[in-house]
Amino acid sequence: MAILKNINFNKLKQGLSKTKDKLFTGITEAISTKAVFDEDILDELEEILITSDIGMDTAMKIIHNTRAELYYLNDRSKEAIISTLKNEMKTVLLNAIQNTDNSDSTDISTNKPYVILVVGVNGAGKTTTIGKLAYNYKKAGYSVLIGSADTFRAAANEQLDIWAKRADVEIVQKETGADPSSVVYETLNIAKSENTDIVLIDTAGRLHTKSNLMKELEKIKTVMGKVVPHAPNEVYLVVDGNSGQNVLVQAREFSKVTELTGLIVTKLDGTAKGGVVFQISAQQKIPIKYIGVGEKIEDLQDFDASKFIEALFD
Amino acid sequence: MLEDLTLKFDKALKKVTGQGRLTEQNISDTMRELRRVLLDADVNYKVAKSFIDDVKERALGKEVLASVSPGQHITKILYDRLTELMGGSMSELTINPTGPTVILMVGLQGSGKTTFSAKLAKYLKDRNRKVLLTAADVYRPAAKDQLKTLGKQISIPVFSIDESKDAVTISEESVKYAKENNLDTIIIDTAGRLHVDEDLMNEVKQIKETVNPTEILFVVDSMSGQDAVNSAKAFHDAVYFDGVVLTKLDGDSRGGAALSIKAVVDVPIKFSSLGEKLDSIEIFHPDRLASRILGKGDVVSLVEKAQAQIDEKEAEDLEKKLLSNKFDLEDFLKQIKMIKKMGSIQSLLGMIPGLGANIKNADVDEKQLVKVESIIQSMTKQERKTPKILNGSRRKRIARGSGNTIQDVNRLIKQFNEMNKMMKMFKSNKNRKMLKNFGNLKFN
Repeated sequence: MAILKNINFNKLKQGLSKTKDKLFTGITEAISTKAVFDEDILDELEEILITSDIGMDTAMKIIHNTRAELYYLNDRSKEAIISTLKNEMKTVLLNAIQNTDNSDSTDISTNKPYVILVVGVNGAGKTTTIGKLAYNYKKAGYSVLIGSADTFRAAANEQLDIWAKRADVEIVQKETGADPSSVVYETLNIAKSENTDIVLIDTAGRLHTKSNLMKELEKIKTVMGKVVPHAPNEVYLVVDGNSGQNVLVQAREFSKVTELTGLIVTKLDGTAKGGVVFQISAQQKIPIKYIGVGEKIEDLQDFDASKFIEALFD
Repeated sequence: MLEDLTLKFDKALKKVTGQGRLTEQNISDTMRELRRVLLDADVNYKVAKSFIDDVKERALGKEVLASVSPGQHITKILYDRLTELMGGSMSELTINPTGPTVILMVGLQGSGKTTFSAKLAKYLKDRNRKVLLTAADVYRPAAKDQLKTLGKQISIPVFSIDESKDAVTISEESVKYAKENNLDTIIIDTAGRLHVDEDLMNEVKQIKETVNPTEILFVVDSMSGQDAVNSAKAFHDAVYFDGVVLTKLDGDSRGGAALSIKAVVDVPIKFSSLGEKLDSIEIFHPDRLASRILGKGDVVSLVEKAQAQIDEKEAEDLEKKLLSNKFDLEDFLKQIKMIKKMGSIQSLLGMIPGLGANIKNADVDEKQLVKVESIIQSMTKQERKTPKILNGSRRKRIARGSGNTIQDVNRLIKQFNEMNKMMKMFKSNKNRKMLKNFGNLKFN
């Protein structure tokens, strides 16, 4: 959804500046300390890519392609290396973007209520992200209803309630321990009767290894379909930008239960480099929709692969 | 699976078999494989690099026993080194002997501080500490509600000042409150913070200076990636934490970040936390994380097996005894016990240097070992030392005593004599063909 496109791009640059400092000044250093391109530089680049959580396979692939391209170009200037590497990295990201069915505001008006299910492991940042999404959709002029299907974690209700107030949207909650599916059922019914544009469903954090919790997720999905046949319209997997290779397993395991339509990568305002983005694009082909760059309600950014890479290189 | 890893190593080391020693050239494939394993497990790039150098140094020049797979050999070095690096043994929480014990929990957002604080509170309460939980996270919405709810579940008081946004004051007041109310342990749950957030890092420093904690625990998500070393280092530079807590270990992450943190800040990992139930907290076991990093699996038995196989001293003793005809039934029994520990008679036979390859096809019914063991155990010491004295009446007694038939006893003695005879021939003629017969040795 292109809802956040109106956001000033400078904000993304700011948010990513620390990431950029680490990742690409690193690359520039690696390059500028050597006048002539050699294998050592590519080794250093490999180190930089791997320490960004890009993962060994993807890093190797990018380096391999960069190396091949450089030999072909026969140009080993710093500029050539950077632009070649940039292109290779872009190729990896665009690979997944092309798979995106680019839903837009028409989808929201024709699929009422437009239901977004948010899932992820514990501590990834689901609830905070829901708060930010609600705020942005509301600001974009949509009516939003949040369903609090995390009936497990202590005070999850209270936390989401505060976010709902901040975003100035309605919320449906039940007591701790209630069946999450029943919350979903009630939320969608209310949304239908009130002609709500967008429904956001927050779920309890669950490790993908917990089969009973994954079954619960399946049930939530089934119940959704019963109330609103086209639901869920989106299923977002929220992943912690600090995470390493396990994210790939998460994406794979959650995909088994429900098709994932997008990823939201959080906590990219630290020094973690979010290389996980490349990894997922290369292997899972699930597009990255948004990135979280802070704890404030406006700290959610539309993910744009080209701009993302450009911002990294600026 | 660790077995998979060993197999991969074996494959990479195929060309090493037959060569005398592990050398730089013949283990380079293995080291590449190891590098991949470590990086896939989220071990930091630099840490992985120095770790590999270290393992390589230890492996180089080691003799390759024909009986031991080079893969197992390397796996063993690897596993031991990993365990050693992660602390070797368990490390306990420090308790203040004179005053209240103050434990400060710090870490990034979403690492699991609040849940772990409650778990630790319950753990200490179960060990007769009088615990107070302090809600010093003034930023995350409903953080103190979460702690209060958890506190209620485990009947532990939670200190909070609802109207205050000052984490330092809250922490300070909570220690006072604990003293006044005769509580001896205070666990302060702080807000998750990024190590690059100067204001919040200053806040946690101030809390430290104000409450002077007995222990500062850095909570880290076991799913963390390469950047874990950077955040850990920044936190350590700021507050010098005393221990690391590894959370969410009930997932399938490999937890390599923990090794990296240990390597970079050299602080023991004290607890691991798995699951959301408040009693799922464990003292950290370095060996378990070692096997996790290398891939889950029953590492203990495999390593024991490897250890038994490369115990060269014992193998030499056995060889000496065999070749000097001093191998008696007592030794035989000892070996059987070892076999049982190892689970495979091939391993035992393989221990004899130079025999390994020929013994591979030995056809052994492992159940027979129990029988053999019981028979020998029914013998007197003298009978075991000098099997020659085993006449008909002695054999009958042994059969009765061990619950076997006299045929079983006879078979065992015949088997034993044949083995000794064969070893004698092996010694005198060096007749390599005999080894094949040895390989077809049957215990039934």
